Amino acid sequence: MKKMFYIFGLLAVQIFAPTAIAEVDTARQNELLYFVKHDCGSCHGMTLKGGLGPALLPETLSAQPKDYLVTTILEGRKNTAMPPWKTMLSHEDASWIAEQLQSGEMQPTELAKNKQSTINPPELKQ
Amino acid sequence: MFRLILISVALLWSLNTAARGTGDLGLVIERADGSIQVIETSTNSSLGRIEGLGDLSHASAVYSRDEQFAYIFGRDGGLSKVDIINKKLVKRVMQSGNSIGGAISQDGRLVAVSNYKPGGVKIFDAETLALVADIPATYGNDGLLSKVIGLVDAPGQKFIFSLWDADEIWVADLSDVSKPKITKFKDIGRNPYDALITPDGRYYIAGLFGEDGMAMLDLWNLDAGVKRILDGYGKGELKLPVYKMPHLEGWAIAGNFAFVPAVGRHEVLVINTLDWTEAGRIKVHGQPVFVMARPDGRNVWVNFAVPHNDTLQVIDTQSLDIIKTLTPGKGVLHMEFEPRGGQVWASVRDEDRIAVFNTDTFEQLTTFPAKKPSGIFFTSRAHRTGL
Repeated sequence: MKKMFYIFGLLAVQIFAPTAIAEVDTARQNELLYFVKHDCGSCHGMTLKGGLGPALLPETLSAQPKDYLVTTILEGRKNTAMPPWKTMLSHEDASWIAEQLQSGEMQPTELAKNKQSTINPPELKQ
Repeated sequence: MFRLILISVALLWSLNTAARGTGDLGLVIERADGSIQVIETSTNSSLGRIEGLGDLSHASAVYSRDEQFAYIFGRDGGLSKVDIINKKLVKRVMQSGNSIGGAISQDGRLVAVSNYKPGGVKIFDAETLALVADIPATYGNDGLLSKVIGLVDAPGQKFIFSLWDADEIWVADLSDVSKPKITKFKDIGRNPYDALITPDGRYYIAGLFGEDGMAMLDLWNLDAGVKRILDGYGKGELKLPVYKMPHLEGWAIAGNFAFVPAVGRHEVLVINTLDWTEAGRIKVHGQPVFVMARPDGRNVWVNFAVPHNDTLQVIDTQSLDIIKTLTPGKGVLHMEFEPRGGQVWASVRDEDRIAVFNTDTFEQLTTFPAKKPSGIFFTSRAHRTGL
């Protein structure tokens, strides 16, 4: 029985691994906050209330599975203007952004504190 | 005593309006702070700041024909009228939940705003900012509202705009403001993302995000309907990701050529404006965002979407070669040429500064601080159709 629990536990880890809390260091967090505000913001609005793209507020996003958001960020959405960001963002980055958006941590006032940080995106692969 | 008061009032008034022309003035949007800087191009300096304009991400501006007032269109639906001589906010209205840009009518009396939410165009009295007409962008049979983009003014007191969700172009005739006459063109192509009107006010061209091509309307021959140009320019090849939506404006016309950004390709497309066929394409550094002709049309300057937005490239319009690549810094969001083209101003968002370049030598002439600058708008726009 103990073994069963152990196996079940392992399975649970497997299943839920992608939704584990993202670990991104503080410097990168600041880069990502800036990135979301200014670059995601060019379509979703600097205050994330929407533009050409939908609003990214916790009211709508908290109900979505986190993995779905992570996939949307990394792979984009076909037949919409949402591009795949995987050339600039890692899975950890996307995961952290999704958590922040869902929890509403990315409020404009929070963002304002991070004005000076800039992101250093890797060059596009193509 | 009464005379004394009169004299002092007159004196104060004359001080207030200051004997200064406005032809060398302009403004810089400070997108994150809800402020604008008033600048002048004679000695390249900042004259001051006007604050309290709300969320100015993606903000743009048009000018009154006397060049004293600017109308600022904010992302949050705020429409602000500012006095750039006295550097003050004159009036501000929250006219929608989410807006994208605007235009001023041929006679200067109407200011139109294109909105995402609720989708449509609202038209205001330029003097008072009172709402005078509301044009919801209704489409289909279920009363849906489309996001509106590519709003421009056109001769004959018209406004023209495109419906992102509905694939339509609408021509609104405001000759009688109480009864706007709307002519709709449907199935113009998937997802128009922005549009331009040629400087002569004859052709309205919408870029398509959902298809390789552009939709063109000849305003002198509306009965001919919308014509597809540059059809299939991507030749079915896989698109590159578009990390920022490109822009189209009438300044893309240089001589007999129009220069426009390709969507999902690192190319500038060249169109022959005599027959509207493709005349060439130029490989560039990234996804072009603004493709702007120097006023004399000899060169075209291009900036790019993230992650290539630290760069500007200059194209020679005779040889179609890239003759210069500049790297002013991360986040080069916008450029604006002085009316006679000798200098170009560029906003460098991530370095919180404006850079001014000589357009012949490409030398940086000056730079000064601005808080997260984006759009730059000079008063010369007051006298150009479509700007």
